Amino acid sequence: MANTRPKADVVIVGLGWAGSVMAEELTRAGLNVLAIERGAWRDTSTDFPPAVDPDELRWHTRRKLLQPMSVETTTFRNRSGQTAAPVRNWSAYQFGWNVGGAGTHWAGMSWRFTPWDFEVASQTADRYGASRLAGLRDDGLLLQDWGVTYQEMEADYDRFERIAGTSGKAGYLNGEKVPGGNVFEGMRKREYPTPPLKDTHWMSIYRETTQSMGYNPFTIPAGNISQAYVNPLGVTMGPCTYCGFCDFHGCGNFSKSSPQACVLPALMRRPNFTVLTETEVLHAVKHEDGKTVTGVNCVTRDGETFFQPADIVCITAYQMDNVRLMLLSQIGEQYDPATMRGTIGRNYNYQTCASVSGFFSGAKMNPFIGGGALGVQIDDFNGDNFDHSDLDFIGGAGIMGYSTNGRPIQNMNGLRPGHKRWGSDWKQAYARDYQEAANIFVQGTSMPTRGAYLSLDPNYKDRHGQPLLSLTFDWNENDRKMAAWTTQKATQTMQEAGGEAISSDNQAAESWNPYKQHSSHTIAGLEMGADPTTSALNPYLQSWDCHNVFSVGASAFPNNGGYNPTLTVGALAIRAARAIHQTYVNNPGPLVEA
Amino acid sequence: MNRREALFSLGAMVASTGVAASAKEMKGYPTHTALSADHLPKPRMGGALRVFTDETDRKTLHAVIDRLIPADAYGPSASEAGCLEFIDDQLAGDYGAGTALYLQKPLHPENEEAIMGAPQFLSTPRERYDSGLKALEAYAQATWGGAFHALSPDQIDEILTGLEAGTIDLGAGVNGQAFFELMLQNTREGYLADPIYGGNRDMAGWKMIGFPGARYDYRPYVERRGEALNLSPVSLIPND
Repeated sequence: MANTRPKADVVIVGLGWAGSVMAEELTRAGLNVLAIERGAWRDTSTDFPPAVDPDELRWHTRRKLLQPMSVETTTFRNRSGQTAAPVRNWSAYQFGWNVGGAGTHWAGMSWRFTPWDFEVASQTADRYGASRLAGLRDDGLLLQDWGVTYQEMEADYDRFERIAGTSGKAGYLNGEKVPGGNVFEGMRKREYPTPPLKDTHWMSIYRETTQSMGYNPFTIPAGNISQAYVNPLGVTMGPCTYCGFCDFHGCGNFSKSSPQACVLPALMRRPNFTVLTETEVLHAVKHEDGKTVTGVNCVTRDGETFFQPADIVCITAYQMDNVRLMLLSQIGEQYDPATMRGTIGRNYNYQTCASVSGFFSGAKMNPFIGGGALGVQIDDFNGDNFDHSDLDFIGGAGIMGYSTNGRPIQNMNGLRPGHKRWGSDWKQAYARDYQEAANIFVQGTSMPTRGAYLSLDPNYKDRHGQPLLSLTFDWNENDRKMAAWTTQKATQTMQEAGGEAISSDNQAAESWNPYKQHSSHTIAGLEMGADPTTSALNPYLQSWDCHNVFSVGASAFPNNGGYNPTLTVGALAIRAARAIHQTYVNNPGPLVEA
Repeated sequence: MNRREALFSLGAMVASTGVAASAKEMKGYPTHTALSADHLPKPRMGGALRVFTDETDRKTLHAVIDRLIPADAYGPSASEAGCLEFIDDQLAGDYGAGTALYLQKPLHPENEEAIMGAPQFLSTPRERYDSGLKALEAYAQATWGGAFHALSPDQIDEILTGLEAGTIDLGAGVNGQAFFELMLQNTREGYLADPIYGGNRDMAGWKMIGFPGARYDYRPYVERRGEALNLSPVSLIPND
């Protein structure tokens, strides 16, 4: 390409959580790093201070911080044989569209996955027998380990929590179970950087109820931090004000963990870091040797194209775009569900969710007192924390009483069943139920199957004429059974709490489509693993096919835990960056022999 | 301070004068710390309607939204709360033009509806209001022999109920059920969004449910248990 920029040591494609955390590690190690971000520069004081942030219509309803479908969307079908249709309107997806990526508008739920989540295949065989695992695989589940264990991830989780200032209380600290924390979590080497957030009225009811039922409630780990904190990069954060305008919004208080609040103030001051904004990477360019890439082809907002050479390319866009960029760059082989050959697009899974609503006559829940990650949870029925010997599924769900927001448009259908959504009936019901409603969220594991995958769409293209990414997915039987079982547990909890007019919405009870979901957590397609025939990336997030390409995102999860993905994305970013600057740059080549 | 001055104060037009030659003189808000131009609020500035310029369309929508949200003991009607102006302003901007939507062909309506579980559109919200309101008027004329806006409240409720249930066919090109959902969504948005956008006049929608609006700090209240806090709502625009 005639238009070529100076070569960088490392190009970062997409400057969200993964990209900024990798850039921080790599620039600190002395590498010359160039990030390329499709969205614009956004910062706290210039783009979402308190003067504009508490605006539901703009940020939540119209989603002005999110990537519009006109920029790029995806197509979807439930199964092969159907013609996939484009996602034309806002849906469950929440792709980032700015420097900071989805890390700017996320809710802040800051979970570590459990040890089981990383080793679903081997731990299922160990606990329930090899024949149980074989049976699940015969049913079509693509169960496989991640090639990295929780214990190996612990230091990376710890580093990310330190950068993010995560609030919480340890439940399993250096071999000791700690009451009040999550006693089911993987073992931690030290306490959270900041203490847990306070309980709202509903959280206190939920905590007392679950405690009385014999469960182990704890305050969920939050990226809406509870007190002032200075992170290891020297960046100061302020305390969360429980403002209730968190997910889908920026944070005007410097209290939501985000690249803006935690990383960019340090990163942007480093002379060996540059970011190109409002510039889109079209694809990576493969070297003639077929084993590396030479850089990336890009297009600016004004339509100017150029080539950016680099020694190392890190693809750290949103999960969907990571997969799409690998396919557009022809790195690796497209997964084919008929032959099971190929790894790119394989293992797709989602987040199996349900919600349970109840109403408390005469209560004043004051739901406007909220935070994106404000909740009390029980993990007694998450992952493999309970015995599945006599159950016909694996996996489970976190069951959370939450106080994320009281945004009036979002909650306008949160009425006792039987009311109309308009007329005086709606007004009377909403005037009462706004204060009396309470909700439990059931956030479950999700297992990949043979027939669920990502590929390039044959019909629909983006604004640059490149094919859209296409998803073929529906819930599998294992996850449907898990969701039904855990939803029942949540319903019992709501009954025990005294909720009336209880209703539940188990999303796995009917076919998946992107407009129906409570969760935005779209997972896999570039799964990491120890076996190059069943994974796109090795355990250091390095492409098996082009050794100078690394990719980090929820695209790398072979299966989903019953948790939000961000903390694991951040920990994987640190893991990949450390592998690059500690090992790869000294001896470029595969870090693991195929 | 009026609405326009209040908004400019966020990042544009504050002047000062310098005296000493060595003094650092500033005019205008420093661009490096001003709000990004595209993140400044975009309020409805008042004035005439820009989209609903056709009198019949306007009267039809007025009649619809005041049955969706009628005046009663819980608060004013949708039109009294400014929802007509709100919808007009939304449709005059990016939302109405569908700038965020993926509108590329091909559209196979039956396939897309089956896969997505709801009808999909290549038309923008503004175009859908135009065709939908005209179809409602035609339906009223054909079925009741009169203008839609002249129908009785019960007659309008009957039509809205039929649209919601999908039992009324508004004719080729207009999906009545989807158009009902669009009007219901936008009307209630207008009733519940910040008054900066022209609706929710006097914060009537927020007072109806007890939402305190654009407050930004509930730390003093988080541990108060089940109390009516009686916080008067706050909007992004001045009260006077």
